[in-house]
Amino acid sequence: MQVLLDRKKRRIDKLAAAGEGGTSLAKDALKRMMRNPVAVVGLVIVALFVLLAAFAPWLTPKDPYKPYPELLENLTVTHIPGSMPGFVLGSDADGFDFFSRLLIASQQTLIVAVLATLFGLLLGLIIGGLAGALGGWVDSVLMRLVDVLLSLPALILAVSIAALFARSNQWTVIIAVGMVSVPVFARLLRGAMLAQRESDHVLAATALGVKRSTIVFRHMLPNALGPVIVQATLTLATAILEAASLSYLGLGDQDTFRAEWGLMLAQAQRVFEVKPSLAFFPAGAIIIVALGFTLLGESMREALDPKNRR
Amino acid sequence: MLRFIVRRLLQAIPTLFILSLLVFAWFRALPGGPASAMLGERATPQRIAELNEQMGLNDPIPLQYVNFLGRMLTGDFGTSTITGDSVLTEIGRHFPATIELAFAALFLAVAFGIPFGYLAARYRGSLFDTGIVVSTLVGVAVPVFFLGFLLKYVFSTQLSLLPPSGRQDVDIDATSVTGFATLDGLLTGEFDATINALQHLALPAIALATIPFAVIVRITRASVLDVLNEDFVRTAESKGLTAQVVRTRHVLRNALLPVATTIGLQTGLLLAGAVLTEKVFVWRGLGFLLAQGIEQRDYPRLQALILLAAVVYVVVNLLVDISYAIIDPRVRVS
Repeated sequence: MQVLLDRKKRRIDKLAAAGEGGTSLAKDALKRMMRNPVAVVGLVIVALFVLLAAFAPWLTPKDPYKPYPELLENLTVTHIPGSMPGFVLGSDADGFDFFSRLLIASQQTLIVAVLATLFGLLLGLIIGGLAGALGGWVDSVLMRLVDVLLSLPALILAVSIAALFARSNQWTVIIAVGMVSVPVFARLLRGAMLAQRESDHVLAATALGVKRSTIVFRHMLPNALGPVIVQATLTLATAILEAASLSYLGLGDQDTFRAEWGLMLAQAQRVFEVKPSLAFFPAGAIIIVALGFTLLGESMREALDPKNRR
Repeated sequence: MLRFIVRRLLQAIPTLFILSLLVFAWFRALPGGPASAMLGERATPQRIAELNEQMGLNDPIPLQYVNFLGRMLTGDFGTSTITGDSVLTEIGRHFPATIELAFAALFLAVAFGIPFGYLAARYRGSLFDTGIVVSTLVGVAVPVFFLGFLLKYVFSTQLSLLPPSGRQDVDIDATSVTGFATLDGLLTGEFDATINALQHLALPAIALATIPFAVIVRITRASVLDVLNEDFVRTAESKGLTAQVVRTRHVLRNALLPVATTIGLQTGLLLAGAVLTEKVFVWRGLGFLLAQGIEQRDYPRLQALILLAAVVYVVVNLLVDISYAIIDPRVRVS
């Protein structure tokens, strides 16, 4: 238990410690990242994904939210129309334009991932901040709880949370997926706060008589930002994958009218033998985007590591 | 050594205690309360009141928790609302299938992961290394259940090489001894049954093995690279030891320490991963039970399986710790 948990903890704590050093490290890190092809690939993927999500409504050739009679009339149990004039990738299982839905789905995928990560970040910030700021028994109790959550397999935790809601919708998915990252962020922020508390610039601010809350928000939190951004980037990748898994287990957004890659992939399995491309495209999109966030996150982590500083 | 083991065992107690509190709270927090959640559409105020009384949900909360703890410790997880069987019986029936699958997946992940990771590190920067690193990154980004469809589609639907689902063909009429389909055939001499079971096992095991494989490759590679830079490797080389001896006795042996931890961690995660894999391949194990329990909102079953998954994870981690202390004496002291 301890060695493994310690490893997980150490990884988080190491990341937390990387935040020390002020802006020059951030500048340094950015410079190092731009020289790293892996980081550039990750950045390009993420940038394209965000642009796609932002402009999807203007990029879709057809209305993604309405079935087309041309597609419906050829749609049977054993046949789903493929590519045809006006419909690049043909129909989905319900007579919608598959290509348009694929494009528009980037929006919901991004929203779910970002909101889930923000949820984890915010709750983690509160728990980790409280533990780090108050110390003592509050710290012990909260960190015990966090460690137990950290020692649960992510999917099991997400499933347990999602099952707590009578009907699953996009919000329950966001909460379930977000909860998985709460213990990670909590530990990360507590570690960063503790490291900062001992640092010279905080001591200087205290000596100058700066208010405690100002020290926390102006001097400590901004310096903890680097590691948090790294962890958040990595979390975005796992959030997309976990949301897809929840959809496959029937705990996803029940509003199938809305398009989301994980949901599309989960639904495509019922007609996989009829039209496998209905699964391939959303799966490909998920893999590329998850890879993009992972590459970006890992290379940021590497760049922030003071060991690699030159 | 004994002191170390006892200390670790004692450290696991608060973890398990908090875990039991969480699961207890989880069951209490079910939508509309446990009774209403369990009855689902059949819920009427009267039936809810009856069930509340029956399950002792009107007792004071601390008393309920003590009763809950007592039931969990005696293995009384209630009855499944799907089958009406006791949850413990269900778990017992499906346990061998998951153990079989998890063991096969772990075997594949370790047997291929360590050599690939080692070779990638040895030929660092080569095309082979780059290929391995890229494919492990992609491997972790692939949704497990999609990989399952894909394997099923290629090897069953298209090539008709392997069966798409289940653990064994029904018409093979195998005798069940241990519940492990692959082992039973060997014990009873029905080798066709074992071969049939192995064919069924192949695809789900590969699907479940991908993530642990990718993780083991990455850790092995990183760890070998670390050890290659150590002073003792340079010392060994300058002493004039053959490259072969340095590689196996100095590099590999030390590099495998973190790998052992990773293998343990991944073993604990297999049960969670099995939920998706078992659903894809209709593999009737614990993951399948969980997936079915989610679909039909079988809360007593979910409660037992969530607790089981967590406890298995904690216990596996504990075992890893102890084995770690045996391999690496430094851990015992710290």
